[in-house]
Amino acid sequence: MSLTTSAPESPRRRLMDAPPHWTTVLASVVLIAIVLMALFAPVIANFEPTSLNAMKRLKPADATYWMGTDSYGRDLFSRVVYGARVSLMVGAGVALGSIVIGLPLGLLAGWFRGLDAVLMRMMDGLMAIPGILLAIAIVALTNAGLTTVVIAIMLPEIPQVVRLVRSRVLATRSETFVDAAVLLGTAPLRLIWRHLLPSTLAPLIVQGTYIYAAAILTEAALSFLGVGIGTETPSWGNIMAEGRLYFAMNPWLVFWPAIVLSLCILSINLLGDALRDRLDPKMKGRSA
Amino acid sequence: MLSYFLRRLLMAIPVMFFVAVFVFLLLRLTPGDPAQAIAGDQATPAQLQQIRESLGLNEPLSVQFVTWIGRMAHGDFGVSLISQQPVLKMIGQRIGPTVALALVAMGLTVLISLPMGVLAAWRHGGLTDRAVMAFSVIGFSVPVFVIGYVLIGVFAVNLKWFPVQGYKPLADGIGPFAHRIFLPGLALASIYIALVSRMTRASMLEVLREDYVRTARAKGLPEIVVLFRHALRNAAIPILTVVGTGFAMMISGVVVTETVFNIPGLGRLVVDAVLARDYPLIQAIILLTAGTYVLINLLIDLSYALTDPRIRFQ
Repeated sequence: MSLTTSAPESPRRRLMDAPPHWTTVLASVVLIAIVLMALFAPVIANFEPTSLNAMKRLKPADATYWMGTDSYGRDLFSRVVYGARVSLMVGAGVALGSIVIGLPLGLLAGWFRGLDAVLMRMMDGLMAIPGILLAIAIVALTNAGLTTVVIAIMLPEIPQVVRLVRSRVLATRSETFVDAAVLLGTAPLRLIWRHLLPSTLAPLIVQGTYIYAAAILTEAALSFLGVGIGTETPSWGNIMAEGRLYFAMNPWLVFWPAIVLSLCILSINLLGDALRDRLDPKMKGRSA
Repeated sequence: MLSYFLRRLLMAIPVMFFVAVFVFLLLRLTPGDPAQAIAGDQATPAQLQQIRESLGLNEPLSVQFVTWIGRMAHGDFGVSLISQQPVLKMIGQRIGPTVALALVAMGLTVLISLPMGVLAAWRHGGLTDRAVMAFSVIGFSVPVFVIGYVLIGVFAVNLKWFPVQGYKPLADGIGPFAHRIFLPGLALASIYIALVSRMTRASMLEVLREDYVRTARAKGLPEIVVLFRHALRNAAIPILTVVGTGFAMMISGVVVTETVFNIPGLGRLVVDAVLARDYPLIQAIILLTAGTYVLINLLIDLSYALTDPRIRFQ
């Protein structure tokens, strides 16, 4: 503990030095609940998410079927509970993947100026292709497994990460400690690792939360358009995609998963905003 | 000014080149044989061979790429594999509704989000501010198609103010056009309104601290003139940037919105094209949207140079 208090500038200190806003607390509670729901889905769900029951098609919500049943007589609540697994995994896969690929590219682009011009034009090119078109094309032209969907959603997010990391490196490389390291003959890769990488981490974590949220939304949109993960594995997106066919008869088939999904995204975004305000006090109140 | 313009224009060339490379490789390197897709499952190997021959699919990738670029330079984007019509003609038939939808959404965004953002910044920390920010965070968190369905449920099914789905071109009269495009336009604009109002608020907060704002107030100008003429103008650059980069987001929204509201636009065309593996059509649509994105951002950059002389001499 004494370590953190003796370093007043450390991000950890800033994370701890004021009580969190009530929205942050609420968002954390909601998010923890959703993660627990995904982890303990078999315990929480009343039914197998894929068990069909032709007698119980499109039932309204009651004491047994908490959210009613879908067009195959499957329990909607159980499907929504299991759907959390896919949606959270897609979010995590996309956020981690785009950082793992984007971070080194951004570090290299920021430090090696010759590489920068070419790499950034490539990134501009990738950014110019609307993400959903690219994702639709990748999923439809290969096959709609979890990995494909993650890659398809991740690819358009990479330029955002590269640009962010690069801009942090460009800001840091004019600092005196970087000059000192250069004069001491530090090898470029070691210099990037020891001196440039740390300054990129805080904004990167914040960006990661936004990518996580956006990825869940994109998965839902892909499923909605019919190019997502197959419905034998329920995801919030494909539950809504199936439900929309019966929207006129029972709109709750769309609205229940939509509510859970939106609460999840809202919580992630709120936590991202809170994290950004804490890690970067300059940004506080400007766009939060 | 001219040299700035030319430099920016030159930078767009490598960007478009990489877009072309991406699109080309994406479709060639993914599994799935276009010849098989055209000929169907019953095709004999000889038929497949003939189709590959006629499309040049047997040539090395680099040769295919150069031939492809060369044809496009002559305005020939190829013929759809499925409908056998020129790709540009098919796009031409579908582009109207999409452009109309995007423009309506853009107009609604400006009309709604600028006053919202300005008001929030003006009443910083107050109830209005919090309401605007809450709206903006929620706008980011709800999928576009859910917003579409909520709008349909409330305003079309229950209140019957608008038709549930469908599209009428402007040529059929402004009334029917506006009546059908308002809900999809609003659904598409929702995430954009969230984004732009947030940025407007942030940018205005910055500007409202400036001395010239105090001066404008001190000389007794009405607050509305101070806010919109003096402050908003100077806050414009980050807002314009967001409008430009958000364009890609809007295209994604268009694809989904057209599906929800059953609008026969480019968005539906691209989904159909991908499901049918219609390579020339997919390539042309992606290149076209990417080109539009680059062009819009180029125009926005130029508009900075027009509004801010410092940028011209960088």
